[in-house]
Amino acid sequence: MTRIERRNLRNGLLFASPYIIGFLAFTLYPLLMSVYYSFCQYNVISEPIWIGLDNFRELARDNDFWTALYNTLFYTVFSVPLSLAFSVALALLLNQKVKGMSVYRTVFFLPTIVPIVASSVLWLWVLNPEGGLVNGMLKQCIGLEGPGWLASPDWSKPSLVLMSLWSVGGAMVIFLAGLADVPTELYEVAELDGAGPWGKFLNVTLPMITLTILFNLVMGLINSFQYFTQVFVMTGGKGTPDNSTLVYALYLYQNSFVYLKMGYASAMAWMLFMVILGATVAVLISSKRWVHYHGE
Amino acid sequence: MASKPKVRYVAHFWLIAASILFFAPFLWMVSSSLKSEATIIPKTGQPPQWIPHVDKLDAQGRRCVIMNTGPFKGKSGVELEAQEESQHVIDFNGQTVKAWPEDFDVEQVIGFEWENYKTAFGMIDFTNNLRNTLFICVLCVIGTVFSCSTVAYSFARIPWKGRNVCFILVLATMMLPYQVTLIPLFAVYRSLGWVGTFKPLIVPAFFGVPFYIFLLRQFFMTIPQDMSAAARIDGCNEFGIFARIILPLSKPAMATTALFTFLFEWGDFLNPLIYLQDDRQYTLAVALQQFQSSHESAWGPLMAMSTVITIPIVVIFFLTQRTFIQGITMTGLKG
Repeated sequence: MTRIERRNLRNGLLFASPYIIGFLAFTLYPLLMSVYYSFCQYNVISEPIWIGLDNFRELARDNDFWTALYNTLFYTVFSVPLSLAFSVALALLLNQKVKGMSVYRTVFFLPTIVPIVASSVLWLWVLNPEGGLVNGMLKQCIGLEGPGWLASPDWSKPSLVLMSLWSVGGAMVIFLAGLADVPTELYEVAELDGAGPWGKFLNVTLPMITLTILFNLVMGLINSFQYFTQVFVMTGGKGTPDNSTLVYALYLYQNSFVYLKMGYASAMAWMLFMVILGATVAVLISSKRWVHYHGE
Repeated sequence: MASKPKVRYVAHFWLIAASILFFAPFLWMVSSSLKSEATIIPKTGQPPQWIPHVDKLDAQGRRCVIMNTGPFKGKSGVELEAQEESQHVIDFNGQTVKAWPEDFDVEQVIGFEWENYKTAFGMIDFTNNLRNTLFICVLCVIGTVFSCSTVAYSFARIPWKGRNVCFILVLATMMLPYQVTLIPLFAVYRSLGWVGTFKPLIVPAFFGVPFYIFLLRQFFMTIPQDMSAAARIDGCNEFGIFARIILPLSKPAMATTALFTFLFEWGDFLNPLIYLQDDRQYTLAVALQQFQSSHESAWGPLMAMSTVITIPIVVIFFLTQRTFIQGITMTGLKG
C-alpha cells in the first residue's frame, strides 16, 4: 500500500466513521438481535427465552396475521398501480407546457408534505358518513346516498386507496422530470410516421419513462407494505371495523407495543422483509422485459 | 413538446378539474375549523357549506330568528331568553311570544368562529408540544446535515479500499423495512434508560441517514475532481477541501437535506409515539393524534389543530419550492 493509498484509507474511514459506527449500532446489531428474537419468547422486560420455530408456527395458525397480510396486499395491489397511473396522467397533463403549470404542480404536490397525522384526521372528517364532504357532495350533485366509507367493513379499504391517490404528487414530480428528458426528435419522427397523440404516448413516451416507472413502482411497493400511520390515526390503532383495516404494520405494532409479544413481532418483521424482498426482486426480474434503458 | 391549442385546452380542463379535487380537502379543513359546533354538521338535506356562517346577532348580542310557524311566520325577531329544554322568548318589535326551538330558524350570516382554535390550544399543551417538535427538528437537521455530508464526502471524493462495498451497504439498508430493527432498537434504548427522553429520536441523526448520504454523494460526484486536486497542490488537507471547496459548492443539496429532514421530523409519528411517554413530551403530531383519539367527534377543534400543524409546512414549502422540486427530482432521476 502506497503512502497515498494509506492516507486515503485513513481519511476515508475517518469521514465515513459516523455512518460506520451508526451502521454497527443502529442497523447491524439490531438486525442480528431481531433474528435472534424471532426465535424467542420475549417481552422486553425479562430475558428472551429460546423457543425455536414456535413463533413462525403460530403465525401460520394466526387468523389475524393472515387478515393483516391480506389487507396489506389488497391495499398494495390497488393503491400502487392506481397511484402510478394517476401520477403519470398528471405529469403528462403538466408536460403540455400549459400556462400556470407551476401553480398546478404546487396544488398537486402540496398534499404530500402535509403531516400524515393531520391529513389522516382531515380525511376522517372528509369521509365522515354524516356531515363529511364526500357524502355531502355526492348527495348534492348526483343525489346519491354515499357509503359509510371508513366506518363500513366493505368500504374501508377502498377509502384508504382513495386517500393514497391524494398524495401522488411526489411520484408526479419525478415523472415530470423523466418526461422532460424525452428527446423531442423522437416525437417529430413519430409525427412524420403519422402517429396521433395516443400513438406517440404508447410508442415514444411510455417506453422512454419505463425506468422512472420502475423506480416509482419499487418505492411504492416498499412504502405500501409498511403502510401504518394513516390507519393507526384513523382507527385509534385498532384496525376497525371488523379488522378490515388491520394492516400488517399495524398488527406488528400491536403485537410489539400493546401485547408485548416482541419475539412474535420480530418473526412478523422478518416475514414482512421476505415479502418485500420477494416483490422487489420479482419486479426487478420482470423489468428486464419492459424497461428500456437508453442513453448511457 | 409544443402542443396544439386544442390539446392545451383539453389539458387545462383536466388540470383544473384535478386541482379542484386536490385542493378541496384543504379548503374543507380550514373552513371546518372556522365553523361553530352547531353549523359544522349540515342540517339534513342541506348541502356542505364552504363558507362558514355564524348566528346573526343584533347590537345587544341577541340572536336574530325567523319564525317558521304561527302568526309571526316569516317575520324576523330577536331572541330574548333562551333556555335549554324549554320555550324561548322571542320579541317582535315589542310583542313577545314563546316558541320551541323547532318553531324558528336562527338567521345566519357569513362569519368565522375562532373558538375552535382556543378549544384546541386549551386541550393540548400547545407551547410545550411546539417547543418539543422544534427542538427535535432542529437537532435532527444539524445532526443529519453534519453527519451525512462528511460520510457522503468519503464515498464521493476519497478513493479508499472497501469504499464500494460500504456504499452498497448504505443502499441496501435503505431497502430494509424499519420494522426489522424497531424492536431491538427499543430494547437497546430501554436498557440505556432512554425511553421517555428525546434521545432515541435525535441521536441516530448524528450517525448518518442512508437516504441523504446517497443524495449528497450524488451531488458531490458532480463537482469536478480538478478542484480538489488544485486545492491539494495549494497545501489544503482533506478536511480543508471538504469544508472550503465542496461544502460551499453544495448548498442546494445541503438545503434539500435540511429541508427534507425538518419536514420528516415535523410530521414523524411512529418514533415519538413509541419513545415519548407523557403529554408534556409529545410532539405536535402525537399530540394531535392523542387529542383525536380522546375527542373523536370534536371536528371543529380537530380541524383547527390540523390547520395549525399544516400551515408552517405550507409556508416553508412556498418559500423553498425550487429547492424542493429539485431535491425530489435529484433523488428520483439519478437513482
